[in-house]
This record gives sequence, C-alpha cells and structure tokens, in this order.
Amino acid sequence: MIKLSGLSKKYNDNFVVQDASALFPKGVLTSIIGPNGAGKSTLLSMASRLTNSDAGEVVIADKPLNQWDNAELAKRLAVLRQSNNINMRFTVRELVAFGRFPHSQGRLSARDNEIIDKAMGHLDIQHIANRYLDQLSGGQRQMAFIAMVVAQDTDYIFLDEPLNNLDIKHSVEIMGAIQHLAHEHGKAVVVVIHDINFAASYSDRIIAMKQGQVIKSGDTVEVIDEAVLSDIYEIPFTIREVEGQRICMYYTNPHK
Amino acid sequence: MLVLALASLLIGVIDLDIAALLNSESSSAHILLVSRIPRLLAICLAGAGLSIAGLIMQQIVQNRFAAPSTTGTIDCAMFGYIVALIAFGDVDHWIQLLIIFGFAVAGTLLFVRFLQKLQFKNAVLVPLIGIMYGNVVSALTTFIAYKYDLVQTLSSWTVANFASVLKGNYEFLYLAVPASVLAYMYAARFSAASVGESFAKNIGLNYQRVVMVGVMLVAVLASSVVMIVGVIPFLGLIVPNLVSLFIGDNMRRNLPWTAYWGMVLVLACDIGGRLILFPFEVPISMIISIFGGLVFIGLILKDKSNA
Repeated sequence: MIKLSGLSKKYNDNFVVQDASALFPKGVLTSIIGPNGAGKSTLLSMASRLTNSDAGEVVIADKPLNQWDNAELAKRLAVLRQSNNINMRFTVRELVAFGRFPHSQGRLSARDNEIIDKAMGHLDIQHIANRYLDQLSGGQRQMAFIAMVVAQDTDYIFLDEPLNNLDIKHSVEIMGAIQHLAHEHGKAVVVVIHDINFAASYSDRIIAMKQGQVIKSGDTVEVIDEAVLSDIYEIPFTIREVEGQRICMYYTNPHK
Repeated sequence: MLVLALASLLIGVIDLDIAALLNSESSSAHILLVSRIPRLLAICLAGAGLSIAGLIMQQIVQNRFAAPSTTGTIDCAMFGYIVALIAFGDVDHWIQLLIIFGFAVAGTLLFVRFLQKLQFKNAVLVPLIGIMYGNVVSALTTFIAYKYDLVQTLSSWTVANFASVLKGNYEFLYLAVPASVLAYMYAARFSAASVGESFAKNIGLNYQRVVMVGVMLVAVLASSVVMIVGVIPFLGLIVPNLVSLFIGDNMRRNLPWTAYWGMVLVLACDIGGRLILFPFEVPISMIISIFGGLVFIGLILKDKSNA
C-alpha cells in the first residue's frame, strides 16, 4: 500500500499540486484522470520519488519515502515516464534486461533471464526480442518499455500516460496486460491516462484531478459520473451503460 | 590489426628488417625498443582511450554527436595546459596532468549541466553549441598564449603526432587502462543513464553520480591523450558511432569493439601519414580530420533522414 497525504508542489509561486491525498492499494488498478495541467504527472512523479514534494508525505509499505534507500526501493517500486530517449540502439531484450538491474546489478543470473523471457511473453513481444528499439513502431516500443517494468517485478508500478500516441490495438493490449498485473499478480498499478473510456473500462479506482487538486477519488462507478466529469473537464458529458460498462460521450457536434 | 601493428613497427626512416633483429643487432633492437614499440603502444592506448571517452560522453549526454572534441573537454584541457605552463612553469608532469585534468573536468561538467538545464530536442544543436563553447575556451587559450609568447608551443602541441613518442615520455597514456576497466564496470549504468534520468532513477541509480563518474573518466582519458599526443579530432565521435551501427548501444557489449576499432583506425591513419610523404611524416590529426570530417557529415545526414 502506498499512501499520499497532503502532497504539494510549487513552481515559482504557483501550486502544480496542492494538498493531494490518495491511497494506492495492492491488487488494484488506479487511474489518475484530469485535463492538461491538472498535476497528474507531477503527483505520479512525487509518489514514485522522481520529483521531490514541497509539502506532505509519501508512505510506501509503512515506511516514509525519505527513509527508503534508492537502490532498495527500485526492487519494490517501478515507474515509467514518457521522457525516454528512444534514439539509443538497444535491442528489446537488452532494454527489458535493465529491469533486472536493481536485483542483479548488471550480472544476469539464469533466473533473471527466465524472468526477462516471461516479461516479454507477458506482452507478447518475444518475436521482436532481438530487434533494435529504433526499428520498432511506437506501439511495439512502448510494449518493450512496459515489459521492462514487468521484469523489474515490483509491488508498485507507476505508468505515466502509457497509451500516449498508440493505436487502439496496442492500447487495448497494454491495458489488458496492466490489469492482469494488478488482479493476478496482486500489484498496485497506477496509471496517468487521458482516454477516459479506457480509464472507465479497465480501472478499479479513479482519482480525478483539476488545477492541482484531487476533486474526486473512489471506485470507478463513483467517478465516472456525469456531474463529476462535466465539472472536471468543463464540457457536458453523457454516460451510457453498454454491456455493463460505463461509456462516456463527450463529442458535442453542433452540426448533427 | 596484427598486420597493421607489425607494419607500424617496421615502417620508419631507418629500415628495420626482421633478419637483422633476429641476429640481435643492437641498433635495430634499440630503435625498436625506444621508438617503435612505444609508438605502437601509444597509438593503441590513445586510439582506444579517446574512442571510449567519446562513447561515454555520448551515453551520458544522450547524444550521438557528443565527444570530447564537441563538448569542450579538449579545449578546456588545452586551457589547463597553458595555465599549467604559465602559472607553474616547469613542474612535475604529474602536477601538469592534474591541472589539465582539473580544467577538463570542470569545463565538461559546466557543459553537461548546461545541457541538462536546456534539454535540447534537436540532436545537432548539442555538438554545435559544444563546438562554439570549445572555440570560446580556445580563444581564451590563444589570448593567454599570445600574452606570454607561447603561441608556437601551443600550435605545435595541438597538432597530434606520434613521431615524438619515445620510451619514457608516453607512459601517462597507461592511465587509459584503468580508466577503461572502470568504464566497463560502469557500462550498464552509463547505458541506463543514456535512456534518461527518470529511467536511471527508476532502477535505483544515482543519476548525477553516474554522470559525474562519466565526466571524470572522459576527462582522464582525454587529458592524458591531449598532454602526450595532442588533439586527435573526430576520433571519439566517429568510432563509437560506426561501432553502434553494427553492435548497438549496449555499452557492455560495444565497449571492447569501440576500443578495438579506435586502435585500428589510429594505427591505419598513423601508418598512412608515415607513408604518404616518406621519409617525412604527415601529422595524424590531418589524416584523421579528413576521414573523420567525411564520416561526421555522413552521420548528420543519416540522422536527418531518420528524424
């Protein structure tokens, strides 16, 4: 369990995140949603020790973040952001192997190799294991990065916009793989996500943010609500149930 | 490689022939031990050292066009050399090296921090700004050299030449050996840092420390070569890039190849330089500039077509 209480982050005099609290329990897929500039990525960065907070506390497995040793924490918590340099020529397998670094310090054991194979299998990318990253499509590359996080085999997984720029097929595959990690492997998975219908369809819990504040957090059905979403995104929302699944309609086309 | 090495041993103003050597004729053996073998070793050490320095630099600043000569490292080392000459005169070589090293570290670190702050999206901007920065530093060096009447010393020293390598004056180059071993031990960390800061932090690395270790290694390798041999342009830039095309960027895998091809390239250029105007020598920096410049332009064009 990861617990955030009263987290704040200021740039100059503006709060990017203000007094945000949240819980990320194990076995649960949590999505963070909200408009651009809501502070989603900053909140995720603070929770995963990539950014320091100005106020508040992060507690990971009953231990405050500042008491964790960075190398030790890497065995328990993995985070993937969008800012990776993809021009370096690594093979998919070499990239995924980085996930074992916290455990093996670069000397891969037979068990490490087994875990690497399994992680690639989990995302169904064994067939491109020896291809270089710069020869892959954006979707395949993202699958490789996620396989690396899977190989890291941590209790907590944070992903910042894992579906960015991906086509529908890759998006569905990635969300399926992530959900599997939470439900079958009991990991706490947190994703920042823009596509609200993906959030509604796959997450167990949703945290909705606007202007640096957590406006609403709770089970998916509580947050995927016309009043809540209209307030957050400032456009009218219509929500329908399709085969037991809440789907948001927000395409207001005046010419129709 | 072996053929080149043998050729390097046998080519020179004074003919060495193997038969004479085997007869243990003392003058031949003397030339071999005092001049030819040190020259061969210096070439190998400098070639491998500068190539590895370029490789590390490319990984820690996440840019293919970074190398000691495009990030100001070499120019800062020369600045340090001039300062060492003026401020301390004829001091011990170790102290000289230390001063050069200090300037190289400080200058490179300044540039790396600058890059981290600005986060360029365009890959070609990094070497462009690095070369500008290097020119500013070298203008400063030239200015000081003028003031203290050292321009000749400076210019003769900046043109790399292995001709002056003799037994007893090249041994600092052996610093490349421990530096390369250390680089190999840090290889996985450098490669992780090359993917990005958050990527490196995620697997539990102290990103800034990895960068710092990298800068120190680059500075050790570059300043020892600059002090003993002079400036060999483009070497650190082209060798890692050519190796990367075939072996990829995983440093643990490509570092030995980078060292190897660095040696081969310098050896070939040195032999070429010795043969073109035989019995005179063309400095290796000229030969390698022509070749390196062409490869550099090719790499930029290739990068453009990828983008």
